[in-house]
Amino acid sequence: MSGEASQPWVIGAVRRLGNAGMFLLQALSGMKCSFFHAGETMRQIYYIGVRSLIIIMMSGFFVGLVMTLQTYDTLNRFGAGDSVSTVLGLSLFKELGPVLTSILFAGRAGTAVAAEIGLMRATEQIDALDLMGIDPLERIVQPRLLAGMIAVPVLTLIFNFMALLGGVVFGIGIMAIDPITFWGNMQNSIGLWEDFGTGMLKAVAFGVIASWLAVYFGWTAKPTSEGVASATTSTVIATAISVLLLDFVLSALML
Amino acid sequence: MKSSNQVEIAAGIFLLLGIAALIFLAVQATDTSGIKSRETYAVNAYFTNIGGLKIRAPVAMAGVTIGRVDSIELDQETLEARVVMQIDTEYDDLPSDTSASVLTSGILGDQYVGLEPGGAPDALNDGDRILLTNSAVVLEQLIGRYLFNTEEEDE
Amino acid sequence: MTLDTSSIIKPDLPAIRLEDVRIVRSGQLVLDGFNLEVPAGKVTAIMGPSGSGKTTALKLITGQLKPDGGRVFVGDIDVCELDRGDLNAVRRHIGVLLQNGALLTDMTCFDNVALPLREHTELPDSLIEKLVLLKLQAVGLRGAAQMYPQQLSGGMVRRVATARALALDPDLMLYDEPFAGLDPISLAAVGRLIRQINRVVGITSIVITHDVAEVSKFADYACIMANGKVVACGVPDQLGSDDNEIIRQFLDGLPDGPVPFHYPAPDLETQLIGESE
Repeated sequence: MSGEASQPWVIGAVRRLGNAGMFLLQALSGMKCSFFHAGETMRQIYYIGVRSLIIIMMSGFFVGLVMTLQTYDTLNRFGAGDSVSTVLGLSLFKELGPVLTSILFAGRAGTAVAAEIGLMRATEQIDALDLMGIDPLERIVQPRLLAGMIAVPVLTLIFNFMALLGGVVFGIGIMAIDPITFWGNMQNSIGLWEDFGTGMLKAVAFGVIASWLAVYFGWTAKPTSEGVASATTSTVIATAISVLLLDFVLSALML
Repeated sequence: MKSSNQVEIAAGIFLLLGIAALIFLAVQATDTSGIKSRETYAVNAYFTNIGGLKIRAPVAMAGVTIGRVDSIELDQETLEARVVMQIDTEYDDLPSDTSASVLTSGILGDQYVGLEPGGAPDALNDGDRILLTNSAVVLEQLIGRYLFNTEEEDE
Repeated sequence: MTLDTSSIIKPDLPAIRLEDVRIVRSGQLVLDGFNLEVPAGKVTAIMGPSGSGKTTALKLITGQLKPDGGRVFVGDIDVCELDRGDLNAVRRHIGVLLQNGALLTDMTCFDNVALPLREHTELPDSLIEKLVLLKLQAVGLRGAAQMYPQQLSGGMVRRVATARALALDPDLMLYDEPFAGLDPISLAAVGRLIRQINRVVGITSIVITHDVAEVSKFADYACIMANGKVVACGVPDQLGSDDNEIIRQFLDGLPDGPVPFHYPAPDLETQLIGESE
């Protein structure tokens, strides 16, 4: 890290990006899923997936509820209140679901992973593994990376489902839209592949980004309490910005 | 690991929940007709103007969707739009002199192909052409014509 | 290069030999012309004031640190020239106890001790369980097998970590400050453990410490380091009567001497009053 201050920040940023990219390649290159690590990956899916479930489900439900409320009100002024399910479904599947899920994931699980790995380094746990002849990249980083990549798309699906449930509660339950119209409009205007599928593709991409940044910032955290704190903050900020940026790029490419 | 069983069961349930959500969303909330292998037959029609008709737009008769637009292309010889529609084989008894129009659902809605039945005894078959067609009403042309007419009346 | 699974320490060779090692870190010489020999089958204590390069020497032996010059031998293997895979193979023969034990906090003690066995051997689970319980019995913590490291005291964590380091029956044990911050009872327990591990199984042991009083109880040899050099080596009792200035300062615990109390700084008077006149 010496000499960093004298570099212009652009070069520093590019260097850091290259460093993170090499770290990802290094972590992925040795990925062999022996049975033991499959078990460890399952454990990580539990820690970072199952524990994000509550916040994802709650946020999903209320996002669906509020979106339906707002768009129904707006659309009704044009006499198109019945189209609310179309608006809800399209914006959820294509944008809100993947983006919000991965940002919430960064806040709930990404920070936890970054802090955990950072503290493992601070308390010499990573050195201890290294000294036992166990590759810490393989034992610590890979299962978390893999679990994050699996968990984000799954959480996105659950988020979408809960948001739809929120929409159903408000649209069908409170505003008394005919259920057949509600589902029919949605089915007619949302393509399985071109809307839902591309949204899930985004979720997979965001999952890679979110878990990659979490393990990277944890791995490179300075072994002090300040270093761990800044690693968790950086994880959230970097994930939010890169997810939104990538979302724009992907949306533009897919249109 | 003492509780490793419980952890793995919880992770398994989590993944199953995801798969269940996937199936529900795919089946209930999206248009899966492209995936379902419904038996269809193709008919084509030529329009001088299709307006904003798009691929996969519905094909309806008496307001009931009976098929989808499969492809749209410009015929190089006649310089007309050639629209191929896939009609469900369930509706295999449409009269051969059925006419097709490009219509709009509501004022600002999507465009679709509306079929009007004729009275001929024989049915449309796979690969047949619908001869009677009405092109899309293009709003600008309509307004232009209206303005032109009122000008004439003023004189 | 393939390594056989038999002991990497040869009884007729020194267990560890550091030859003319030089380490430069951010432009500063940390070690220069550093030489150290550790005999096989004995307990050797490496002592010295903080910052004298003891931990650096340990990191050289484990291959965590590559020297900028010189060579590091473990048995007859030069660890500086090993690639990642061979280094890992050598490390299986070396047990290391880090300063605070460094147990994995998301696992029970049992799983911590079982980890190296599960990673490096193909043994069936039932056998691993027996082995782990035996190792824990040796450090007196079989009863704590299902507890998490957070539930144990510092001394107990170090004993579990010792059991983990012993799991693969190493030929060489390295202890980094095993006594730091321990109460007298835990301290005695860890000290006796180190002695027993060496006596019973004949494992060459290196103990890094600055606990002068403890050393004579368990160590066969002691080396004193200061300012990146080994200043004296020998039987602990002999060292006690050595009259080298640094050794005297260290063993007698004098606050000022060859190792200065003041960190190098400009003259106090000049700094406070200023250089105007």
